[in-house]
Amino acid sequence: MISWYADIEIAVAVLAGLLCLVLGLVGRKPGDLTMGAAALVELFLVAQLVIAIVSPLVGNSPTGSLVEFYLYLIAALVIPLLAGFWALVERDRWSTVVLGIACLAIAVMVVRMNIIWTVQIA
Amino acid sequence: MSATDPASTTAPQRSPGTKPPRRNKSPRRIESPRRIHGIGAVLVTIYAILAIGATSRAVFQMLTEYSVAPISITLSGLSGVIYVLATIALILPGRSWYRVAWVTISFELLGVITIGTLSLLVPNIFADMNSVWSYYGFGYVFVPLVLPVLGMLWLRRHRPGGNPALSRNTGSAGD
Repeated sequence: MISWYADIEIAVAVLAGLLCLVLGLVGRKPGDLTMGAAALVELFLVAQLVIAIVSPLVGNSPTGSLVEFYLYLIAALVIPLLAGFWALVERDRWSTVVLGIACLAIAVMVVRMNIIWTVQIA
Repeated sequence: MSATDPASTTAPQRSPGTKPPRRNKSPRRIESPRRIHGIGAVLVTIYAILAIGATSRAVFQMLTEYSVAPISITLSGLSGVIYVLATIALILPGRSWYRVAWVTISFELLGVITIGTLSLLVPNIFADMNSVWSYYGFGYVFVPLVLPVLGMLWLRRHRPGGNPALSRNTGSAGD
């Protein structure tokens, strides 16, 4: 895990989440902008998966549990896909809100993943 | 409608007015089509995320550190199962699932209040191992405390077939 990459990832997820949340609450249906924002978050997560696989091979090993890290990462990879699927099936404003909540949940999960990799309190 | 529907084989010409046209996956439960619409989808989303979080955390803890804190890890597992059940019960139609939704959501509220209070009064019994419900769900931005209340409000407004004034079958997208 690369710290600055995680920071960018978290920032993108928060911005995408707030964007979708606000646009959804003002009544916008899922469109190119909101679906694109969620897709961007997913793209960042896929790159994160590649980083997570390569990092230990080049000497950047996690200080916490790798299993726990991957549980978060796999769940995070699935969530935007489900939210995006829902947005395609049900085209109303609340689907945009769902996209927003999914992105915000991703932000929280990446924060937690970063902690598992770098900081150990116990 | 599918060919397996017993009603469609006996009466191919459906009498008008008895059944409003709808996308219904289970013809047996025509009295209570409770598909998730609108803001209900938001509720289900939050439930699903919490279900994934609580369950995967519990599975991980059971595999690695069960002997350290069996009580709190068992609690995590229980809460995970409850959230998964509640999510499924909210999605599926029918009176029995509606009842399951009420039971699981009530249990959640009871759980978060009981465990939240216990974690403040006797923190030692949980041996520094937090569950979703510890400190009233503080670790999950108090979502576990707020969510059951929202769930109950939503269930009250979406009674299956019970109160036609409150739960309309028209499938209004904004609700």
